[in-house]
Amino acid sequence: MNNAERTRRQLMIRFIQEFYDGTLENSIDRIPVDLRPRNYEPNRCCIYKDRAMLKYRLMALMGFGMEEETDEIRPLRDYLVDAKAGKNHTDPVLSVCTVGCHGCVDSHVQVTDSCVGCFARPCVGVCPKQAISVIKGRSTIDRSKCINCGKCIDVCPYHAIVRNPLPCEDACPVGAIGKDVEGHVRIDFDRCIYCGKCFRACPFSAIMERSHLVGILQAMKEGKQVVAMVAPSITDQFPGTIEQLFKALKIAGFSEIMEVALGAEMTTAHEAEEFFERMERGDKLMTSSCCPAWVEAAKRHIPDIVPSVSSTPSPMAFAGQITAKEHPDAVKVFIGPCIAKRREAQNDPNVDFVMTFEELGALLAALEIDIISLEAPPLECPAASYARNFAKSCGVSQAILQEIGSAKPDDSRPKIDEKFINGLDRKSVNLLKLYAKGKLPGNFVEVMACSGGCVGGPCSLAR
Amino acid sequence: MADKIKVEICMGTTCYVLGSFRLSALEERLPDDLKPCVEVVGCSCLNACQDRNYGNAPFVRIGGTRIVDNATIEKVIDVIYAEFFNAGGQA
Repeated sequence: MNNAERTRRQLMIRFIQEFYDGTLENSIDRIPVDLRPRNYEPNRCCIYKDRAMLKYRLMALMGFGMEEETDEIRPLRDYLVDAKAGKNHTDPVLSVCTVGCHGCVDSHVQVTDSCVGCFARPCVGVCPKQAISVIKGRSTIDRSKCINCGKCIDVCPYHAIVRNPLPCEDACPVGAIGKDVEGHVRIDFDRCIYCGKCFRACPFSAIMERSHLVGILQAMKEGKQVVAMVAPSITDQFPGTIEQLFKALKIAGFSEIMEVALGAEMTTAHEAEEFFERMERGDKLMTSSCCPAWVEAAKRHIPDIVPSVSSTPSPMAFAGQITAKEHPDAVKVFIGPCIAKRREAQNDPNVDFVMTFEELGALLAALEIDIISLEAPPLECPAASYARNFAKSCGVSQAILQEIGSAKPDDSRPKIDEKFINGLDRKSVNLLKLYAKGKLPGNFVEVMACSGGCVGGPCSLAR
Repeated sequence: MADKIKVEICMGTTCYVLGSFRLSALEERLPDDLKPCVEVVGCSCLNACQDRNYGNAPFVRIGGTRIVDNATIEKVIDVIYAEFFNAGGQA
C-alpha cells in the first residue's frame, strides 16, 4: 500500500470520526497542521506544501475542488458549513489540484548515462524513423523524428534507453489529459469518461475526486432513512462474510441494505432478451452497457458504436428503481469501487449519493466497527452467485450465457459469440472502433473500463 | 517437534483498511527455512490501535506477545528472524 493511499485513508478516517463527534467544524482547519507538525519529515518539498495538499484533500472530501477556491484564506470550516447545506460542487467528478501537480514532462523515450556507445548500435538499426544517431560516443534521439515506439528500449543490451512516463496522460485511454500554459495538467471534460485511471496513476495525488461523504454522513446524523445499495464487487473487498459486512453497515447507520447484484439479475434477463431481439432483427453487434465509463467512452469517442450499445439499464439503475419503490423517502446511496458511477448517478433520479469502497472502509474504521467479530443472521434474499460475479471481467457474458442456457435452451434462436474488452486503454479503444465498423468477429462485446472488471476499480479497498 | 511460531495478522477493520489485507500473502512469501515453523493466521482486532492511535496500523502479533506496528511482510519476517528464530531451528 503506497503512501498516497495510506494518507488518503487515514485522513478519511479522521474526517469521519470528527464529523460524528460533532467537533469537525472546530478542528478541521487544524488537521493539516496536526498531521504535519513543524518537525515532521516532509513527503513533498516542505511541510507547508504537505499541509496545503491535505487542505485540498479535505476540500475534496467535502465535495470541493481547487477550482472552487476563490479566496485562499477562506477557512475549511466555511466549506464544511456549505457542504452540510448541500452547497458543494459534485460536478465535474474529478478535479486537478494544480498546486500538487508536479508538471511531469511529456512522455518520451530517452537515452540515459548508461549508454556506452557500443559498436553494434542496435538502437540505430531498429529505429523505424532513423531518429537515433551516435554523437560524441553516445546514442542521441532526435526529438523531431522520434515517435516514442520504444523499439530501441527493447534492443539495448545495457538497458540504457528508458521511457520517461507522464503517468496521468499515459493512463488516460481517451486522450482527455492535456496541459495548460504553466505546464500543469488539465482534464478536458468534453473528452473525459470518468474512468478514474488518472486519479489512480498520479504519483503526486494531484487528481482528486469530489466526494459525497458529507451529504451521506449528514443524512445519517439527522436520523434520515439511508439505504445502502452495495455493488456486487463488494465480495472479497472486506474481511469477514457478506452477512457480517451488511450487519456492520446497519450498525454504521444504513437503515436498509440492498444488494445491487439483485439489479444485476434484472440486467442479465433484460440484456439477454435484448440480445435476441437485436440479432433477430438483423443487428450484427451488441455491447454491454453496465460500465458507465464505457458508455461515456462510446458516446464521446466511438459514435459509430452507440447504436450497438445495449439500452438495458445498469444493475445500479435497476437497484435504484427497486429502492425508490420500496423506500420512496429514503436517501439512496450506491456503494462501489467506481468513479464513473458518480457521473452515472448524476443522471439517475433514483440514486442520491455514491460512496466508494474506500470511503466505506474508512467509515467502518472510524466508527470502530470490527466486522469479523459480528454475529450476523443469514440474508433474507441473497442474490444469485452469477449476479455477484457480474463485477468480474467476463462476468456479464457468463451471466447472460447462464440466463440463455436456463431460460431458453432453444436452438432456433441466435447464437451468442461473446468477446471481451478487459480494461479500456488506447489499444482497446481502437479495437472497439474496429468492432463498430464490423471488422472483427463476435456479436456480443462485454466492455469493462477497469482491468479485471469492477473489482479492479479505482476506489476499491483491497486490490 | 516444538510449537510453531504463531503470526496473527490483525483483520480488525482499521488494520484491514490501512493495509493488513496485503499481509495475507505472508504465508506464501515466507523463506523456506521459516515455512515449517511459522503458522500464519488472521485474527480479530488486537486492540493495538486503541485511543484512535491508528497511525501505526496495520498491526501483527508474533508469538502471542510481540506486536509489530506498520507491519509489512518484510518487517514481519525480519522480526521473526531477529527475535524468534534460532539458527538451530525452532523458537
